[in-house]
Amino acid sequence: MKSIESQVGGQIMSIDVSEGANVTAGQTLLVVESMKMEIPLEAEENGTIKTILVKLGDTVAEGQIVMEIE
Amino acid sequence: MNTQENISHRPLRRVLVANRGAAAARVIRALRGLGIASIAVYSEADAGLPYLQEADLAIPIGPAQASLSYLDQENIIRVAVEAEADGIHPGYGFLSENADFAERVQAAGLCFIGPSPQWLRRLGHKTKARSFMASEGMPQAASSPVLPDDPAAIAAAADTIGFPVLIKPAGGGGGIGMLPAHDHTELATAWSKARSISQKSFGTAELYLEKLISAPRHVEFQVLADRYGGVRVLFERDCSVQRRHQKVIEEARAPAINEQVLERMSTMIAELLARIGYDVIGTVEMLYTPEAGFVFLEMNTRLQVEHAITEEITGIDIVTAQIRLAAGEPIDAVLPQPVTAQGHAIEARIYAEDPVRFLPSPGPLQTFTLPQGDGIRIETGYAQGCTVSPYYDPMIAKVIAWGEDRPTAIQRLRQALTEFDIRGIKTNIPFIIRVLDHDDFHACRIDTALSQRVLATPETQKETI
Repeated sequence: MKSIESQVGGQIMSIDVSEGANVTAGQTLLVVESMKMEIPLEAEENGTIKTILVKLGDTVAEGQIVMEIE
Repeated sequence: MNTQENISHRPLRRVLVANRGAAAARVIRALRGLGIASIAVYSEADAGLPYLQEADLAIPIGPAQASLSYLDQENIIRVAVEAEADGIHPGYGFLSENADFAERVQAAGLCFIGPSPQWLRRLGHKTKARSFMASEGMPQAASSPVLPDDPAAIAAAADTIGFPVLIKPAGGGGGIGMLPAHDHTELATAWSKARSISQKSFGTAELYLEKLISAPRHVEFQVLADRYGGVRVLFERDCSVQRRHQKVIEEARAPAINEQVLERMSTMIAELLARIGYDVIGTVEMLYTPEAGFVFLEMNTRLQVEHAITEEITGIDIVTAQIRLAAGEPIDAVLPQPVTAQGHAIEARIYAEDPVRFLPSPGPLQTFTLPQGDGIRIETGYAQGCTVSPYYDPMIAKVIAWGEDRPTAIQRLRQALTEFDIRGIKTNIPFIIRVLDHDDFHACRIDTALSQRVLATPETQKETI
């Protein structure tokens, strides 16, 4: 299992996958809004989303773990 | 009774500043200089910012989200009326180019410190502004009208203009939602992305296409005008160094463009705006290539972030002039005749962001020590101990350097940048220094692709590893 961290501090504006979903490298997992920008968080490798630790509208810090992938 | 006539001849006594950060700080300073009482407003995220203490009164206006505070028109006007303000200065960004807001401010009997609402309406919508300006004789690049969200229509419009094209939000600004497309596949992907950004940022998903002029310079003309047809152009600025279509380094005057070409453009703009009766303040943004000359980009109907470099070369306080002109003073009472330019000024915008990938970096300003020095001016809304919140624009400070000539101004700016001590967040200062050190920048080979060339230098690549 591998943790996925938010690259930036901001607010979760969309979550584009659900738990149990198979994702491919480069796929957008969620989008963080920070300083008037939308920053997509993409999967670095293929895998299955185990847990999603944030919900829509949550505030996250840079480096905060937002998902776990296997 | 004509509302504008009604409000335009009385001196202001008390002005509410509907903005935050460096913009609010700058306006509050200008108001104090004029002996006008200032009312600051702030969101929950901004309580404790240093400039709030400089205002005569500071009023909380709601939660951190801008839509519930700095963009809440009704609440801001209500607060202004209750505080017995007789004017509202909108700063830049937020409600500064919102025609509905300006009208509501006037309807409440207050002076909107900006152009008449009709100009915000006519020039705020990009495609309407272009066709209006084209009809007045302003040179233009090929573009489409606002397009329906229909792949066939979008593809056809792109073919008519010819790739590469730039997708632009019709209701937008600040480079937000502007995406290039070099072919049909890229166009389709970028279109839906731009739609979503536009809807979110500007409340409208209206998009249009424009011919992408590769590697142009961004040159803009500063305008001040009174309510009676008196218009002056205070020279130009080059704002070509951008990242994500947002300006990073600006200079005045624009280097290495034929003086007569600049003068002709400036005269043309002054005559055009006088003819249509444009008022108070604005900036005409143009793209420039030596081959194509100037083409109209857009007109900003407000104070610009980079107004300070024009102030440094002309000695004119543009914000003070804006307030006096909005209150109804004639231009000849506000500006000397003629306005002259001396030396060279450069501004760098310090953003809270990673200097290589430009990702936002909000956080606490554990250390925030600002440089001082000959010809150095700093504009900021922050102080050490404040937090840069993720809710607003990433700009945390502007540093402006003046020198007798361009090399001196560059050298002073570079020195000042090295003297910033900012800890707790990342900033783009290393990137700005790299631009200043780049041969193309020194040689005035500046255009909107310079940032990309700087990022492609080996030095930068090393740091990304």
